[in-house]
Amino acid sequence: MSRVLWTHLVKDLRIEWRSREAVNSMLFFALLVVVLFSLAFSPRGAFSQEISGGVICVATLFASMSALNQAWAREIRHQVLDAQRMAPTPGAELFLAKVLANFLFVSIVQLVLAPVFLVFYNLHIQGQAWQLVLVLPLGTWALVANGTFFAALSIRSRNRELLLPLILFPIFMPALLAMVLATGSILTGDSDPTLWIKLLLGYDVIFTTVSLLLFDVVLNAE
Amino acid sequence: MKKLAIGLYAAATVALMVWGFYQAMYVAPTDAMQGEIFRIIFYHVPSASVAFLFFAISLIGSIGFLAWRRSRPEWAQISDAWALSGAEVGVVFCTVVLITGPIWGRRAWGIWWTWDARLTTTLVLWLIYVSYLLLRRFAAGPQMQTLAAVLGIFGALDVPIVYMSNRWWRTQHPAPVFGGAPGSGMDPSMVHPFLWNMLAWLAWGVLILGLRYQVERQQQKIAAREAQEALNA
Repeated sequence: MSRVLWTHLVKDLRIEWRSREAVNSMLFFALLVVVLFSLAFSPRGAFSQEISGGVICVATLFASMSALNQAWAREIRHQVLDAQRMAPTPGAELFLAKVLANFLFVSIVQLVLAPVFLVFYNLHIQGQAWQLVLVLPLGTWALVANGTFFAALSIRSRNRELLLPLILFPIFMPALLAMVLATGSILTGDSDPTLWIKLLLGYDVIFTTVSLLLFDVVLNAE
Repeated sequence: MKKLAIGLYAAATVALMVWGFYQAMYVAPTDAMQGEIFRIIFYHVPSASVAFLFFAISLIGSIGFLAWRRSRPEWAQISDAWALSGAEVGVVFCTVVLITGPIWGRRAWGIWWTWDARLTTTLVLWLIYVSYLLLRRFAAGPQMQTLAAVLGIFGALDVPIVYMSNRWWRTQHPAPVFGGAPGSGMDPSMVHPFLWNMLAWLAWGVLILGLRYQVERQQQKIAAREAQEALNA
């Protein structure tokens, strides 16, 4: 891993380790969403198997909004972002480090929440469980990569926190669809999720590449 | 001279649309299975084609802006005007698609909407370009055009998914009529009205696009002049 990338990554992880604000707020928010959905839809038996894929994806989505919104706010304070721009390193490394850090935080939240989920929805995985290990990280990566990029896009606008979900959610929808359908089919064992896994993989590759290529444009947009 | 040309073009477009209406409503025979409601195809499909074309124009404009913003500022401004116009007029045509579709669907399938591949991805496309227009409104300052151009490129990556979805997934929306599996294709008696309407709606779309582009260019020039005056004052 490049030195610069590693430095950025360690910085973000250290800040998070000292304050633990992103992970804690995400965890609690995701838990609240799971409970709210249970109250709204009262899942029982087979029905809970069907909707649980969707609920975990939406819970992850809403929870990561709070982390993404403040992802760049830290850099704007004390003109850190200007310093980053002036450094002779590619902006893409800063971006990738942020994505990796956020990906780690969201994955931690998902891992902690998974047993809670299994309990609340009485899930038993009828399909091939190992595929979940493939689907959830791919979907989370799609969310975090696009989310970090659009968060950078919206930092200089008036209603920063409002604009991020407005531009992220439409573009994220195909990945959300694939993630929900794949998780649903793994849990119910009804159909083969391979198509959706391939779609997620393709989506991740395309959008991560484009984000890396265009990040410098966004960072230096002035 | 230019105003005369635009006026003539507008008159020709209106004439084409009247002719297209006549063809669609009176010349095309009634569909054997669907009855009269199928005539929406003469509005639904051309609007979809025009929307996709204009979103493509918007993409080219976005790419042009990013490519030329430092080297050729004037060209970059022209590109940005195309990007905005394409997105705006495209959203209008996409709205027409999303309204005429459910009307047709309610009558033909008995349901207003379904979350199958093509409908969902067309809705997502509409949402993406509305969010593009929102970004242009909310983001302030000189970097707005750059940020919007970047978002435009991201949004346009969705377009191929919309087009291919109809072919990849078994879906409620009818399979491709043109160039689909054997047994598809339109009855020859309907092809002519269809093509006339395609042409008419394309001409109308281009007229509106051109006018919107002109308005945007004028606004850009006014803004540039005001900025220059503020600098000189």
